[in-house]
Order: sequence, then C-alpha cells, then structure tokens
Amino acid sequence: MARLFLSGNEAFAYGIRLARPQVISAYPITPQTVVVERLSEMVEDGSLQSEFIHVESEHSALSCAMGASAVGARAFTATSSQGLLYMAECLPYAAGGRWPIVMMNANRSLALPWNIYGDQRDALSQLDSGWIQAYAEDAQEALDLALMSYYVAEHRDVSTPFMVNLDGFVLTHTYEVVEVPTAEQADAFLPKYETENKLDLEHPRVLGFTAGPEYYMSFKYREHIGMMNARSVVAEAEDRFAELFGRRYTGLTDAYRCEDADYVLITLGSIAGLVRETVDRLRASGQRVGMLRLRYMRPFPNEEVAAAVAHAKAVAVLEKSISFGNEGPVYTNVNSALHKARLDIPGSDYIGGLGGQNISAADIEKLFAGLAKGQASVTFLGIGDGGL
Amino acid sequence: MTEVIWHGRGGQGAFTAARLLGAAYVLKGEGSYALAFPRFGPERRGAPMRAFTKLDERPIGNRSEVAKADYCIFLDDTVFTDAAFAELKEGGKLLVNTKRTISDERVIAVDGTRIAAELRGLPITNTIMLGALVAASGVVPLELVAGAIRQTMPARHQAKNISAVLAGAKAVQP
Repeated sequence: MARLFLSGNEAFAYGIRLARPQVISAYPITPQTVVVERLSEMVEDGSLQSEFIHVESEHSALSCAMGASAVGARAFTATSSQGLLYMAECLPYAAGGRWPIVMMNANRSLALPWNIYGDQRDALSQLDSGWIQAYAEDAQEALDLALMSYYVAEHRDVSTPFMVNLDGFVLTHTYEVVEVPTAEQADAFLPKYETENKLDLEHPRVLGFTAGPEYYMSFKYREHIGMMNARSVVAEAEDRFAELFGRRYTGLTDAYRCEDADYVLITLGSIAGLVRETVDRLRASGQRVGMLRLRYMRPFPNEEVAAAVAHAKAVAVLEKSISFGNEGPVYTNVNSALHKARLDIPGSDYIGGLGGQNISAADIEKLFAGLAKGQASVTFLGIGDGGL
Repeated sequence: MTEVIWHGRGGQGAFTAARLLGAAYVLKGEGSYALAFPRFGPERRGAPMRAFTKLDERPIGNRSEVAKADYCIFLDDTVFTDAAFAELKEGGKLLVNTKRTISDERVIAVDGTRIAAELRGLPITNTIMLGALVAASGVVPLELVAGAIRQTMPARHQAKNISAVLAGAKAVQP
C-alpha cells in the first residue's frame, strides 16, 4: 500500500489499472480527460496490459465497450456531461445486454448556458437507464469504487453496468492523500471476469437480440432483479474489501451522527465533507443534527433512508440537480422512501452548486437553521428569498 | 489548519508549487492530510490565476477556495496589489517575488527572478518561492519538499528544482 498525493482522476486511473480491464475505449471531455490520459500513459509504459481504443465520440465509446464486454472482456470507459447525454442511447442498451461495463462519469453541468463546472444533472438525468450509480465523496473512495464496481457489476446475480460518479473539478482536479493498494492485494480482491453471456465459437449463442411483447417484459423484470441483487452484493464486496484493505464502507448510505439527530441533511458526493464538518461544529454547540450521504442512487437505499431518519423532526435534501417543474430528483426519491415506510416527516429541498456554484459552510449552517423551521419548499441556494 | 493562496500567471507554475507543498506535507506520514487545487477553469498562459493548498492533521472536508490564508504567495508582482492584505488571516504573511522594497511587516519580499536567472537562466520562480515559504513558515521540513519533487516530477527536472527550493529557503533565512 502506497500513500500518494493524487487528483481524483489520477486516483481513479490507479484503481482501474488495479482492476486490469482488457479493453478501454476513450473519448476525452473536460473534466474527465485526465483519467483516460493517465490510463493511456499506463498502457504506453507497460504497467497496464489493455487494448486502448481511441474512438470518435462518446456514443462510440460505449458501443465499443459493449462489443468488448460481449466477448467476455472486462471493459472500461469514462465520460462527463454532454458526453454522457450523447451516449444516452447506448446506456439502456448496455444494461439490457447485461454487460457489466464500468464507466467513470465526471459530474458536470449541462448546456445551455455552456459551463464546464460541476453539478450532478448529467448522471441524475440517467437514473432510469438501468445502470448502478454510485457517488464518491473523496479520491480514496473513488479509487476503492473503481475496484468494487467491477466486483458488483460482474457478479453473476447482478450482471449490470456500473457508473461511478466523481464531482467535476472538486474531486477530479483536487489533489489529496490516497492509499493505493498493491496489485497483489487488488488481485486477491477482484476475481477474473467469467461469464457465459459472451460470444464464443465453442458455445455459440445469440446476444443483442429482438424480443417481442411476449418476452420483453420478462427481460425487463430480470434486469430489475439483477439491479436489486446489487444491494446484497455491495455488502458482500465491502466485507471482503474491509478484510483485505482495512477500509470499511457502509453500503448504499453513509449515516453520520444520525442516531439521535432531530434534523438530518441528506446529500451525495463531495459536498458531504463540508456537511460533516458543519455537523460536528453544530453538535459542539448542542444542536442535534446529522448527515445522511447517499452513496448509491441506484439501487436506491429505501430502507436505509427510512431507518436513518425515522426519529428525526425534519429532513432536508441538498442536491446539485433540479427536475424543472417539480423538484430535485433526489428529493423525489427520498420522499418515496419515507412514504413507503409510512414516515410523515417534514422535508425540504435545497438546490445548490449548479454549474459549480460554491456552497460555503455558512450556507450549510443556514440550511440547518431553515430545517428547524420546517419549510416544505424547493429553495435555490443563494438566489433571493426562496429562489422563486 | 494551514491555508495557502498562490498567485501567479498561467505558465509560471503556481499550481505545481501548490501541489508540491501538499505532497511534501503528506510525506510526514500518518496524521498528515492536504488538499491542493487550482482555481478551476480553462487556463490561459499569461492570465492571472490562483491555486490553493490546505494542510491539516486530520482529513479536510471543506473543498471550497481559501478566502483567508495564513500565507499568500505572489510569483509575479504585477498581480500583487493592496487587495492582497484582505486575503490574510490575523498574523498571516505575504511572500512576494519582487525587486521592490515593500515596507510592511506582513510582507516578505524575495527577488526570486534574480535567483532564477542565476540558477537556470529562466524566470521561473515557483519552486524558489516554495522554498522561501517553507523556510519562513516551517510547515514542513525542506527535505520532504525534495522528496515530493523526486516523487512527482520527471527525473530531468528534479535536481534544478531541488536547488531552487534550497536557494529560495536561503533567501529568507536570517
């Protein structure tokens, strides 16, 4: 294990090298570019044995990864923002083909106006595409997810592609301490990809087929079951990971000081670091507050959300996304979880950080103060009074 | 937490210095954490730019830009104005690469450009000013800065940058 000072993109590239993908299809886009640049250097210097394929678009990047996965190869690609949207046609295709591709997405805003900075509208617009979605808080978690994503995606009960999200710039371009496992450790964790879902001359089968109304539903049902199975496989992967690497992750959510919290802020991604520090500061002044970080958006942690906030007086969601004409998509998912658990807790939704807007410690404190007043509204941070 | 703001112009290596400081600090081992990042966005050679380093003994959750710093470094005095003092914490210091004399007890002036000309004949002062900062602040031992250079820079750039760090340190030592 080496303790290195790496950016999020570099840490993710180190994690992917440890996962030994046989095929990497690459098309650059800010702020993802560095991850594929580093991987190309690793292939060039021989420290990663992989077929590195330059493609002409994001649509082709994912199509190429599907082709590789369809012959039983471990495949990797990466994108961001407009690139993710350009490959959107291929996302349900890969999921329906049950190809366990891993893709890194550097979360970035969507045009117009043109903006290269971080928010999560790109990935959250694709929640229904059939991909597992995880959101890293820091570069260490990003590297660890690079390894764990293959374990989960390729598990025979799951067979589902996996999108790992890193906040653009704030994670992808920030340097921090990362512990990089050795190749031996990584090999002990991640088995080789074995599948029958491949084109094989010895065992011919048809992939990428048509299914009429009499069969299509059952394929979609099985896709749903595969995704739901990811819940227990994530737990299995994290147990093995903790045994081998000594770092423990906590499943689909990460609950911080929620046990006796009156007010819980629910969020995802790198902003959780600032919320955690704010929770500590408010706790020190006697306020009973907590944070629930959603590590996964698909499969969605319905039970975990309900359990973490069951005794709270109010909850709020802070998200870098908005579904225009309604509310943020994370808030919608959280409300559904609370409703299914028959929890009637006042909630509010804070939209912040769009297009890289800075969210300060003071903003988080104000948000906790607003929570105690029990607003049931959608508020755009920093825009007027309530934003509407 | 020690917070540093680096000012320079695109191409002068301010972000490289910010990153080297973080990398040197974490070489202290367990219980040392750092963040280093540029002001995010498209970078243009010659345009004013900023970079940030945060150093602490525990993981750093706040990834926002530094508003008030313990140290502000100016690689180029054409981007130095009186507004710089508003970026300093109480007791903070400004390190400015300049030939001018700036009479303010908060300012440490270093003629980094002259040192750079003597060392390598190029007006590149980032690692000279890094050495000056490390000597003035004592946030990290000089040998760890050399270690960070060896760890992260291509071999052909290592020796001259280590000499630059040492020369910068010497310039501010009494």
